[in-house]
Amino acid sequence: MKFCLTNARYLDSAVDVLVENDRIVTMLPHGKGPSDVEQVDANGLVLLPALTDCHVHFRDPGFEYKEDIDTGLEAASRGGFGSIICMPNTSPTNDSAAVTRYMLEKAARTHPYGPRLFPAAAATPGLKCEGLSPLAELKEAGCVCVTNDGRPMSNTELMRRAMEYAWDLGLRFTDHCEDRELAPGYLMNEGEVSAKLGVMGQPVVGEAIQVARDVMLSEYLDIPVHIAHVSCAMAVDVIRHAKERGVKVTAETCTHYLMLDETELLGYNTLAKVNPPLRTARDRECLRKAVKEGVIDIIVTDHAPHAEYEKNTTLDLAPNGFIGLELSLPLVWELVRESVLNEADVVRLMAVRPNEIFNLPCNRFNPGDPADFILFDPDEEWVVARENLFSKSCNTPYLGKTLKGRVKHHWQGGRQLF
Amino acid sequence: MNTDNRYLWNHKDLLDVSALSQEDVLHLLDLAQSFQEINSRPVKKVPTLKGKTVILFFVENSTRTKTSFDVAAKRLSADTFSLAKSGSSLNKGESLKDTALTLQAVSPDIIVIRHSSSGAAEYIANLLPCSIVNGGDGWHAHPTQALLDAYALRSVWGSDFSGKTLLILGDIEHSRVARSNIFLLQLLGAKVRLCGPRTLLPRQVDFWGCEIFSDLDQAVEDTDAIMCLRLQLERQEAGLLPMLSEYSKRYCLTEKRLARANKGAVVLHPGPMNRGWEIASDVADSEQCLVLDQVSAGVAVRMAVLYLLGTRNN
Repeated sequence: MKFCLTNARYLDSAVDVLVENDRIVTMLPHGKGPSDVEQVDANGLVLLPALTDCHVHFRDPGFEYKEDIDTGLEAASRGGFGSIICMPNTSPTNDSAAVTRYMLEKAARTHPYGPRLFPAAAATPGLKCEGLSPLAELKEAGCVCVTNDGRPMSNTELMRRAMEYAWDLGLRFTDHCEDRELAPGYLMNEGEVSAKLGVMGQPVVGEAIQVARDVMLSEYLDIPVHIAHVSCAMAVDVIRHAKERGVKVTAETCTHYLMLDETELLGYNTLAKVNPPLRTARDRECLRKAVKEGVIDIIVTDHAPHAEYEKNTTLDLAPNGFIGLELSLPLVWELVRESVLNEADVVRLMAVRPNEIFNLPCNRFNPGDPADFILFDPDEEWVVARENLFSKSCNTPYLGKTLKGRVKHHWQGGRQLF
Repeated sequence: MNTDNRYLWNHKDLLDVSALSQEDVLHLLDLAQSFQEINSRPVKKVPTLKGKTVILFFVENSTRTKTSFDVAAKRLSADTFSLAKSGSSLNKGESLKDTALTLQAVSPDIIVIRHSSSGAAEYIANLLPCSIVNGGDGWHAHPTQALLDAYALRSVWGSDFSGKTLLILGDIEHSRVARSNIFLLQLLGAKVRLCGPRTLLPRQVDFWGCEIFSDLDQAVEDTDAIMCLRLQLERQEAGLLPMLSEYSKRYCLTEKRLARANKGAVVLHPGPMNRGWEIASDVADSEQCLVLDQVSAGVAVRMAVLYLLGTRNN
């Protein structure tokens, strides 16, 4: 099977892409592609490699009323993601090969042609921070990294051993950085808004202090560590200094930390409750600079679906988290429109670097690369509403708002998903 | 009695004083003054809210606020019903949403809510068409307490608060009384100071436009009123304070400290008092202490609030 995608816009050039079976044959200037194969007209839409999201929660097994592997993968596909890494805080936790195999088998059944699901292994059984999970068994079953997810590893001895054991297997540790004893029970960022609303806030140091510990461990052990969902300037500074002296630290931030700040919580908006919490406008600006400069390596969604009724309560009872898979690219494209990022940055932050860090298949449109790509219309407007989302949930502060930009077509392994 | 409601009252609910204009507050306090007169009559009842239903939905413990609202509503001839957490289905795991919708289904005109979650009053106000009065939500707001404090101070200071300085003393961070009072007293022209150990102040208080003190002796100088806040025992358990004896040594308002304030300075306390912790017993019993005036002002102010909300659609 062979076809030529013609007249696509890639990094501001008009291109044709020749695809054979599941591979890229070549990318050529528009008009130079062969005409003796099936032609697929991209009509000038933006061409991007299929994106990779290294931090999503699919809630399956255990909480399928929020999301399941089928709806989660469909949301990923529609959002332009060809690879996703699934966090292990399911029920049961993904701390055994049986759970990993369940996830992979279900994904292969519901989405045999992609997107690809890559499970993350729970570092400790039940995420309870009491000893290590069978990481070799988990790797063999298909896990691509190790994390204790939302249950921070406060025991530094255990964290060290988890990093060491995992790296022997070639698995990178992704750490959710949070000092749980600092401001226990916080609902948002500590600052002007929390003081006004009369709720407990988390100081940014509650995040940065564990980032600092992790980079020091990484430096001492000479083992890489990946910092999950960086939300504040103080953590960015720690990472920047560590990278300057050669520490093997990589880091991600989420789309929402680049776009929103703590004022979203005014009026006790439970849809804006997330962990780490939305910080200040200054933190947001710092994160924008950090992704541009590469101090923060990648952008993830931390897609965290919850049922409508779970968020429809008081701020203290509402669960943390936003959906993100279908919103992320349109939101990041806002930053392209504002010239904060360019298209090459988007490719780097949402496709190339995530694949490099976690050793996932990567399409750079070079001959022989996997034919995973999307066509994006940056100008199509759509309303974030229940009926326009493929995810099972719609918990996002953007609910009801109009976004600009939508993925129109998605190919995985040379096969068109839609 | 003046119950002239030609004043345009634009608020469906009373969730926090920050939603009120200075004009709203002055009108409300004037109205409260006219209701105070009823409270000294032999027959303490007017038919103003006859046929109206007020539900007292107190999910967090309270005796004085609840009783005060109950008395206020009854003196206006409204029918009142009480629902506490222990008697409601919240104890059986019913969500606040479902309990609120159930209350709405019996068609109340006003629900007064006290809840341990900041934002709970706003949450049900967004959900229900009836008027909601916030009787205290978490650490967030206690608007009728601030209004009754302003009423009590007005009876001493007159209606011009400019040039007056009030000190709020104690656990500011966890106090809805402090949050509502800071805003309201500044709105009325007073200067507000805050004093307490650093562990009981929000991290960034500078945006509140208050002077901050950690030394009580300095804080008291040149003040015209001192509001002591109730110290909750759980703050010590959470490690925010060492022994209570040390707290009272540093922050208890004593006669000696009070003597450093301006002549005629008055003392307020939202109650219930911990004598000997945040307020010395002799100060509590002194003539400068307005605690009982605050309680009687509470009934008049709540009558004014219920009146304004209850006659909104008439």
